[in-house]
Amino acid sequence: MDDQDLARHGAPRRAPAGRLRWVVLVVGAGLAVQLGGCGRTSPSALDPHGPGAERVAGLWWLLFWISAVVFVVVCLLVAVALARRRGDRDTLVRRGGGELLVVVGGVVVPAIVLTGVYVVGLRDLRALTVPEGTDLTVEVTGHDWWWEVRYPQDGIVSANEIHVPVGRPVRLVLTSQDVIHSFWVPQLTVKTDLIPGHTNTTWIQADRPGTYRGQCAEYCGLQHAKMAILVVAQPPDAYAGWREAERRPAAAAADPMAARGRLALEGNACAACHTVRGTTATGTIGPDLTHFGGRRTIGAGALPNTRGNLGGWIVNSQTVKPGNKMPPQPLTPEELQALLAYLESLK
Amino acid sequence: MTTVAERTQRLDESWGEAPGLGSWFTTVDHKKIGRRYIWTASVFFAMAGFEALALRTQLARPDQTLIGPGAYNQLFTMHGTTMIFLFATPMLFGFGNYFVPLMLGARDMAFPRLNAFGYWVFLFAGLLMNASFLFGQAPNGGWFNYVPLTGPQYTPKVNIGFYTVGLLFLGISTTAGAINFIVTTFKLRAPGMSLNRIPLFVWAILATAFAVVFALPALNADNAMLLLDRKFGFHFFDPAGGGDPVLWQHLFWLFGHPDVYIIVLPALGIVSAIVPVFSRRPMVGYFWLVLANVATAVISFGVWVHHMFAVGLPQLSMSFFSAASLVITIPGGIQIFSWVATMLRGRLVLATPMLFVLGFLISFVAGGLTGVMFAVVPFDQQVTDSYFVVAHFHYVLFGGAVFPILAALYYWMPKITGRLLSERLGRLSFWLIFGGFNLLFFPMHVSGLLGMPRRVYTFLPGLGWEGWNLASSVGAYVVALGFLASLVNLLWSLRRGEPAGDDPWGGDSLEWATSSPPPPYNFATVPVVHSAYPLWEDRFRERLDAARGSEERQLAGDHEVLRTSELDAEPERAIEMPSETVVPLVVALGFLVAFAGLLAGWYLVAALGVPVVLGGLAAWAWPRRQEPAR
Amino acid sequence: MTADARAVTAPTAEEVAAEVPAGRPTGWWGMVMFITTEATLFAALVASYFYLRFQSTPDWPPGGIKAPELSLPLVMSAILLSSSGPMVLADRGIRAGHVGRLRLGLAATFVLGATFLGLQGYEYMTKLEEFTPRTNVYGSLFFAITGFHGMHVLVGLLLILFVMVRAWLGHFDKGRHLHVQTTAMYWHFVDAVWVVIMLSLYIGPHL
Repeated sequence: MDDQDLARHGAPRRAPAGRLRWVVLVVGAGLAVQLGGCGRTSPSALDPHGPGAERVAGLWWLLFWISAVVFVVVCLLVAVALARRRGDRDTLVRRGGGELLVVVGGVVVPAIVLTGVYVVGLRDLRALTVPEGTDLTVEVTGHDWWWEVRYPQDGIVSANEIHVPVGRPVRLVLTSQDVIHSFWVPQLTVKTDLIPGHTNTTWIQADRPGTYRGQCAEYCGLQHAKMAILVVAQPPDAYAGWREAERRPAAAAADPMAARGRLALEGNACAACHTVRGTTATGTIGPDLTHFGGRRTIGAGALPNTRGNLGGWIVNSQTVKPGNKMPPQPLTPEELQALLAYLESLK
Repeated sequence: MTTVAERTQRLDESWGEAPGLGSWFTTVDHKKIGRRYIWTASVFFAMAGFEALALRTQLARPDQTLIGPGAYNQLFTMHGTTMIFLFATPMLFGFGNYFVPLMLGARDMAFPRLNAFGYWVFLFAGLLMNASFLFGQAPNGGWFNYVPLTGPQYTPKVNIGFYTVGLLFLGISTTAGAINFIVTTFKLRAPGMSLNRIPLFVWAILATAFAVVFALPALNADNAMLLLDRKFGFHFFDPAGGGDPVLWQHLFWLFGHPDVYIIVLPALGIVSAIVPVFSRRPMVGYFWLVLANVATAVISFGVWVHHMFAVGLPQLSMSFFSAASLVITIPGGIQIFSWVATMLRGRLVLATPMLFVLGFLISFVAGGLTGVMFAVVPFDQQVTDSYFVVAHFHYVLFGGAVFPILAALYYWMPKITGRLLSERLGRLSFWLIFGGFNLLFFPMHVSGLLGMPRRVYTFLPGLGWEGWNLASSVGAYVVALGFLASLVNLLWSLRRGEPAGDDPWGGDSLEWATSSPPPPYNFATVPVVHSAYPLWEDRFRERLDAARGSEERQLAGDHEVLRTSELDAEPERAIEMPSETVVPLVVALGFLVAFAGLLAGWYLVAALGVPVVLGGLAAWAWPRRQEPAR
Repeated sequence: MTADARAVTAPTAEEVAAEVPAGRPTGWWGMVMFITTEATLFAALVASYFYLRFQSTPDWPPGGIKAPELSLPLVMSAILLSSSGPMVLADRGIRAGHVGRLRLGLAATFVLGATFLGLQGYEYMTKLEEFTPRTNVYGSLFFAITGFHGMHVLVGLLLILFVMVRAWLGHFDKGRHLHVQTTAMYWHFVDAVWVVIMLSLYIGPHL
């Protein structure tokens, strides 16, 4: 068959399942992986650990199955059309009618299904309102490219990590100092933007202890990709312990090395940007470091908080998170070691 | 009384344009302009495609440093901006330019010089925006350019200037094109082509053009205000001065949501042109399809807040927009079931154009279904700004626009070039693109649900995102191969393709009633239509040829077209169309000087552009010779 | 008569003009669509004005700026709105074949329009002593919106000038006057936008 024949008659009929097979394969693989729990280490919206995310996960599966059914129906109709007798350039079918399918499939069924979906959506939206009696409040302020965290009721100031007691709702009050960011911890709740000049309120609740990862979800410039936040959910006693420790100013230097480190911090550029309560470092441009030793990451999730990583970060954070606001710090090796000892001790 | 031969000669003389380079700058022929839009949009498509390949290469593995954050942010911004503004709409307007007059039985668009002007502005604006790469300062705020990130404080350099000025400039072209389509469709239809006989592709272009008229001003207002904030210290979006960053979003999406329908509606119109021909029967539900096109365009103005569900707006207002966003599904569903019903009740011819239509159907339905999910507020709030939404909009844009555009290329290239394309290469291209497309974008649904935000230049290992990203990156290269196959096909066909003849597909609409390619005057005789499928009327060609005998039907005065009434297409009078002229190019250059000067801050230079524009417009409007009495 | 038969004996231009109304020309539709898109642009700007106003602090204008005084703007309105009168005279006049009314009407409209712009310039000078576009968002809105309208008035004056030149050269008569008609439409549009601006920006803060 040459090209002109092909154009006139179209390709010879072949099993319509060919095309369908591909789609089923891909969808199936995706599902299998999901259900198989491959996302165990993922901050997955389908691995909810709190009432907000659970509700949305349920909503997802409802929407997914409705969509799957519709998609299969449409594919089947196309397959039937492919299975019918083919035509060629000179055929002309002059029958009328056929509009019933259009009206039923395009208007009636969608109207019914979508109304149901809408009602469910409204119900779930209502359910996501801040619960009555939520008495714990955390203020989160977005910066390029880190999260300022305050507990106004306790006088706690921290960064990039939020600790919450398991099973209790926590109100989050969100705003930004510079550009628009977005708070998104998929395993706990839906996202809410942090907008300068605006204050948005949302809430989180973790029903099981653990560390839940989130990332900024509104493009905010050079290091949008490396602006992570951790929500650490602790049993009530552990949370109370953490709160007590956080309220205190920085621990006194435990040994001479750490004491030298504290002097290095106060004497160098660190103090211009960072605060360590209880020392003379009172800068507010960068994150509060009063209890930095207990934090899990450096640079809003850019690196795990280990001594080696911290050393590299301080010397030149631009190699890890290029464009971030912290310039390289020229310290002597002794100063650096002392500083590291001090920062590690700030638990 | 003149003879047929004399009249034909008059037609050739008054409509032919001078061959060679000169006429390149002065043409007002809608077919040449349409081809240019298609070629230029294809070049921009390739550029944006290479940008995408770069992005996907960087994201193939976690923690890669092939492309740093600064460059990455420019690349993803320009990928989106170029695809939407410099490829999709211009490409579809290119097909519209070429085929709307032909399908209406007209000899040109209503405003041929405005048409030429629109092309030059598109070319210059596209070049201006991409010139930013030469300075390493391409726009980098994302294609929707949110403030305050793109305001004077956080992006002080000229990157965003290229965006605001470039789009303000480009908007002139889009609006001019839209006005041209509207007036052409209102006034230049063949006698007998009442509203209920207008081809569905033309209805789609008409609905789109109205959407442009109402949507583009919101974007222009937004960009103008941002320009004033950035360059002149105004405070529209600055909270410290009493402004509000959220205003940018409202105005942007007031434009932006209709814009996605401005892209999709003409593409759906192409599908409506192809499905009847390759199902060998008239469309089922013509009336419903027209209604669906108009309803979609109208409702598209009432859903914009669904792009802002995470902004913290009141639940009441979000509920309203959620409802509207669900309602807009219905006209979409009407279109899909109309096509499916037509295919079911016809006899399919599975040539390459129809293959791409089938690929479109499956992908667009999938994308539309995830779109419905986004209309549900709590679900949207979980997955907006993640890779799930990237998957969604690529399914509706690639599936909903690129596949129909490929279908249109295979369907209409034979008319444009006079040569058929290779069916074998066409099918190879289709399978590569369809398979690669799904491999590229389907995994993004998963990585989005697994917590991966969008617009990230890299990601950490150990979060479960690696495999999905790698699959996507492989898919991107497969898609690229598929496009290469089509490009080879096109080039091969230009040299070696079989002659297409007037009507290779057995088409139903008027473009198939003339030669391939059509003569400069499109139709030697003014066609008269009695149905929505003129070429399928009994003995249509014979009657058209017989009409040569009539002086009125041949309309061989000086460069004349027939103007008809808006509703019933009854003849009103013959009007004389302008011939080749360099004035549109001059006015476009004047605008270029003005906008480029504004961008660079060289206000004296910008001011020089103004008299060029004014003088050019005066020359444009000056009567060519004494107008005949109205 | 079927459409087919009528088309086969398609009438000439003169016959059509005698038998049936001439129908709307393409240029008329072009101006209608152009006005539509420009009107939408002003709608977007005025909507932004109200959006920012109601987001803002309770006192409006903010920052100690006084609500706009009305006497000069009211005079400006009277001048601009009355300029539509001579324009109607010109447009209707030429349709009836009176070239004199055309020329007179155009000239009067031009003078009134130019006076409006001159007064607006004077108003700007006094306003700039109190606040500038850079002062706060109110300043930005006021100057941007009225300035944009002023640019549209200027374009209108240029259109009128162009048509006046053609009128003096005798280009227009009973059967040829499309540019007069489209210019008149544009001018009335500019007047209508001023009404909206007057109500929103000037009278609004006093309510």
